[in-house]
Amino acid sequence: MKKLTVSILQFPGTNCEYDTVYAFERLGHTTHVVWHKEETLPEDTDMVVIPGGFSYGDYLRSGSIARFSPATKAVEKFAANGGVVLGICNGFQILTEMGLLPGALKRNNNLHFISKHQTIKVINSDNRFLNQFENGEILDIPVAHADGNYYIDDEGLAKLKENNQILLRYCDSDGEPIVLNGSVEQIAGIRNIEGNIFGLMPHPERAMEHILGSIDGEKMLKGFENA
Amino acid sequence: MKAVVNVYLKEGVLDPQGKASHHALDSLGFEGVKDVRIGKQIILEIDALDRELAYGQVKEMAETLLANTVIEDYDIEIAE
Repeated sequence: MKKLTVSILQFPGTNCEYDTVYAFERLGHTTHVVWHKEETLPEDTDMVVIPGGFSYGDYLRSGSIARFSPATKAVEKFAANGGVVLGICNGFQILTEMGLLPGALKRNNNLHFISKHQTIKVINSDNRFLNQFENGEILDIPVAHADGNYYIDDEGLAKLKENNQILLRYCDSDGEPIVLNGSVEQIAGIRNIEGNIFGLMPHPERAMEHILGSIDGEKMLKGFENA
Repeated sequence: MKAVVNVYLKEGVLDPQGKASHHALDSLGFEGVKDVRIGKQIILEIDALDRELAYGQVKEMAETLLANTVIEDYDIEIAE
């Protein structure tokens, strides 16, 4: 197993950074919390996580303002050099706003903030994130979002499929697709074409212990040890 | 100079807030409402020499930050 140094971004309004610290340290990794005003990432950074929360109060659009922070610019460079980046929930929204992942996340179609345990299906496990799973496996990971309704146009969707970029879809406990928030084809998580940038709405850092109801998140994050 | 940017979801992108408001109008008995779209209006006070320059500046602002052109369209009105 490879020990990683994980840099976790923190914006005003981020609220999952310490859960994310806990999750990665539990797996034996080292973490840094990086304040958004930092212009560089710690030098030993192996991986960046943009965690969940409500950066800048979700003003204007979720993730739209965080995109212009100095630390976010540093992440752009890190990613351009092939660095591994994971965006969870608000982090996923920020990655789409940055243009590092295609599509956009808009208001849930039922207009509710959806906060519950949710089953999701692994669509593609052949990557640096979900390599601990088999395709078709059903996981139980909490979701907590108001803007998780993934949108991409038909052309973009065709590209996602062509390049095996769809990682996770919402499903019921039998693996059948369900409409959770209105996402195009129930998409819950994707990656970029190059395979170093990952985004998902569910929160793996909240599924790390049996006492929390699921350890599927632990298995998810373990994937990066083999990256 | 005052500039007004209207941002709304693109045609073909489902607007859940518009849809919910449409249902509410229907159930309140307002007839003949064919569609409801909800957007946002951003009002800017800017320094610019003339309307054309102002328009150019605001367009860049809209493309960069104010609208997410993956899902949203915008229009710009320059007043005064």
